[in-house]
Amino acid sequence: MIDIQNLTRIYDGRAAVDDVSLTVEAGQIAALVGTSGSGKTTLLRMINRLVEPSSGRVLIDGQDTRQVAPHLLRRRIGYAIQGHGLFPHRTVGQNIATVPRLLGWDQAAIRDRVDELLTLFQMEPDQFRDRMPHELSGGQQQRVGVARALAAKPDLLLMDEPFGALDPVIRAKAQADLRDIQRRLGTTLILVTHDMEEAVTLGDRIAVMDKGRLAQYAPPTEILTAPATPFVRDLIGLDQRPFHLLSLTPAHVLAREGQAEGPALPRDATLRDALAECLWSGRDALPVEGGGVITLAALRAQAAPQARAAE
Amino acid sequence: MIGRVLLALAAAVLVAFLASPDSFAAVFEPFTRNNAPPIYRQTPLWSLTLSHLTLVALAVVASTVVALVLAVLVTRPAGREFLPLARTITSVGQTFPPVAVLALAVPIMGFGAGPTLVALFLYGLLPVFENTLAGLTTQPPNVTEAARGMGLTPRQRLWQVELPLALPVILGGMRLTAVISLGTATIGSTVAARTLGEVIIAGLLSANTAFVLQGGLVVGIIAVLIHEGFQALERRARARIGQA
Amino acid sequence: MRPRLDRPGLLFAIVGLAGLALPLVQFKPNRIVPGEGLTLPAALPWGWPLLLTLAAVLVAGCLRWPSVLRLGAAAAGLLTVLLALGAAATHLTPPDDTLARVAPAAGFWLMALAFALMLADALARMNPALWLRWLILAGAVASMGVLLASGALDGVSVMREYAARQDIFLREARAHLTLAFGSLTLALLVGLPLGVALYQARRLRGPVLSVLNILQTIPSLALFGVMIPIFGWIAANVPGAAQAGVAGIGLFPALVALFLYSLLPVVSNTLTGLTGVNPATREAAIGLGLTQPQLLVQVLIPLALPVLLAAVRIVLVQNIGLAVIAGLIGGGGFGTFVFQGLNQTAMDLVLLGALPTIALALIAGIALDLLVRSSRRTA
Repeated sequence: MIDIQNLTRIYDGRAAVDDVSLTVEAGQIAALVGTSGSGKTTLLRMINRLVEPSSGRVLIDGQDTRQVAPHLLRRRIGYAIQGHGLFPHRTVGQNIATVPRLLGWDQAAIRDRVDELLTLFQMEPDQFRDRMPHELSGGQQQRVGVARALAAKPDLLLMDEPFGALDPVIRAKAQADLRDIQRRLGTTLILVTHDMEEAVTLGDRIAVMDKGRLAQYAPPTEILTAPATPFVRDLIGLDQRPFHLLSLTPAHVLAREGQAEGPALPRDATLRDALAECLWSGRDALPVEGGGVITLAALRAQAAPQARAAE
Repeated sequence: MIGRVLLALAAAVLVAFLASPDSFAAVFEPFTRNNAPPIYRQTPLWSLTLSHLTLVALAVVASTVVALVLAVLVTRPAGREFLPLARTITSVGQTFPPVAVLALAVPIMGFGAGPTLVALFLYGLLPVFENTLAGLTTQPPNVTEAARGMGLTPRQRLWQVELPLALPVILGGMRLTAVISLGTATIGSTVAARTLGEVIIAGLLSANTAFVLQGGLVVGIIAVLIHEGFQALERRARARIGQA
Repeated sequence: MRPRLDRPGLLFAIVGLAGLALPLVQFKPNRIVPGEGLTLPAALPWGWPLLLTLAAVLVAGCLRWPSVLRLGAAAAGLLTVLLALGAAATHLTPPDDTLARVAPAAGFWLMALAFALMLADALARMNPALWLRWLILAGAVASMGVLLASGALDGVSVMREYAARQDIFLREARAHLTLAFGSLTLALLVGLPLGVALYQARRLRGPVLSVLNILQTIPSLALFGVMIPIFGWIAANVPGAAQAGVAGIGLFPALVALFLYSLLPVVSNTLTGLTGVNPATREAAIGLGLTQPQLLVQVLIPLALPVLLAAVRIVLVQNIGLAVIAGLIGGGGFGTFVFQGLNQTAMDLVLLGALPTIALALIAGIALDLLVRSSRRTA
């Protein structure tokens, strides 16, 4: 569990981060969103003490981070950043092995771990281990960057715009893979992004930062349906609200008994996919794989929380 | 490709000439007058070459070591105060003509290899220092950030990340230093250092074009070989870290 | 507030104090024999108070002061050290002795170095505006001129060597400038068009630059030496060449050698400057209907100007230094004094050649740096 208490960072008399407190439960994903200059990256970098707080403290599983030497603290916390920051003079394998080597793991264990991670990220170890970073595609470099951050099996992973440099198609896949791997390993993840869609897709909870202060910290549904401040509402974007909301729920949740024509929707598709399919194929109802149908009426009801609350 | 063949050819001719200068007498014969000797014999050419190269190698190694240490020092938090001064000294220092530095070393050191070595060392500091500084201060920011974020100590960052990434630029500085030293060492023979400049000067003094040519060619070929050698190393170091 | 230690200041103090402890001047009965070293108190009647004042300034420099104050102190210190040298020379030389020489010794050089470093450090920290930099450069050159003209330094060995050969000095100075600026002009006349041509003919770039690179690599003495027989032969065997000024001796071979060295910086910077122009700007200019020559003259060259000026700086500084070698092959210039001095083991004569060369290179380097900066602001 990560417990951030009254964290403040002053630069030249101005607070970049102003008295922020929040808690991230173990195994959960917290997404920090905000415009540039909102303090979200500074907040993230105070957790592994790349930036020293001016006041306040961070507890990781009850231990104050100030009690650990910064470099030792960082070896326990995974860290992945935009543009991956891979060491250009080291092979993929050596890059991934960075922290285990710093921690003094033995050669065999390091080797096994590198291969395990490469496999986990769908990169054939024999083919990729000895390549240089510049020989990889952007998506592969990004995956190696995350694999490197996970190498020493950290309980906590910090990511700063990890997908910022990727094009939209690879990006969606990378997000899905990250979600999958995070669930499997049970890692706590704190992620900085400026993209509300990414925050909604990945975050169990979303922290919205505005001018150094925490504007709202809540699950995505609550952020979307009950924005705490006008800033949060603007950040979501009024035109995007219903679609964000629909993208939070898998299709099978809304499936009901009934009959519908045409090809079935995959089980793990979101309601947003279902709406898109209804509009595109001109159908009022879609069958869902594994039984049941989703109707356009049900989707409309789901996407109109205000109306629903008024009933 | 053609360049490589020419370099290999030049190296072969150089070695052959140094091993047996007399076999080339016929080549230099036309450049002599009044039956002057076509080949310099006061001191064996190979021995002059050797002492010339030793002088240059000593100076380059010493300047590189000292310049590296200084550049690392002024880029650490403890030495930052010296950074503006260091930049000024390198840019101003490089306007000092190497020959003038050599001449000024004589009153302090006397004649011989000493002042030459000191001048080569002092002058050689600047290119290596300047390049190392450039290499250490223009690291890709996300690599530095990642290194810090993964928990490398400042010392580990220096050895495992910063210096390896700066290597191509450092090699570039060593190349400049080596080439300048080679040329300045040639002039060192005017202050009684044993270098190949001796052959050229002897030729100039006795109006023996053959001496001037053979001294010039030997030094010239060595300079080009050293220059190309360093460039090849730089290219390899660059390719390794994915720079064009 | 507690005064804080300034570590560069500490370095200057160590260098300067070492200078104060070492001999300020060498007193020699004549110009060739080694002399006797005299520290500041031994060389001047008011040496002790002066020594203590200088030491106080150096020690005070270990603390943080505003940069302007440091600049002032450094300039005053430098001037004082120079005047002390001149005064010591006048004081030590017996009235009618024309043989005795008073030469600057290690102490002088170290103190001058300490104050020069202090000056450079203060300037680097102040980071003054461009116009102020010009003013400071002009001020420094003018005060050096006034100092030399005032006669305050006339007793110093170097100045006595100068006094003994004023006419020759002026002649060699002219020769030195002709070599440096003449070769620069030639290199610009040939190098600029060559650079433009390479910009158009992409395929020739590699080979031409390699050849120029190799030329640049050849040690100067070797290149200078080889020029002599080549041009000697041309002058003797090509009809009309000798009449056109080609010669195997004198200024000509040195000029050509310097010209060859200058080609690489000029050509490669021209190329870099032209290729560095934003492609969008180029496209826009072509889109507006500029012809190729108009594009070159009105757009590309003005935008490449800072890089071209940088080449001029490299060439000028390099050639002022390399022109010294001309002294070795009878091409004239300040090198004549340097090598004569080395031959006669007359170090004052060496200084007479080396110091003006260094001063010239420094002034040219700094002035052109400033020019490059001001051109960057407009380009």
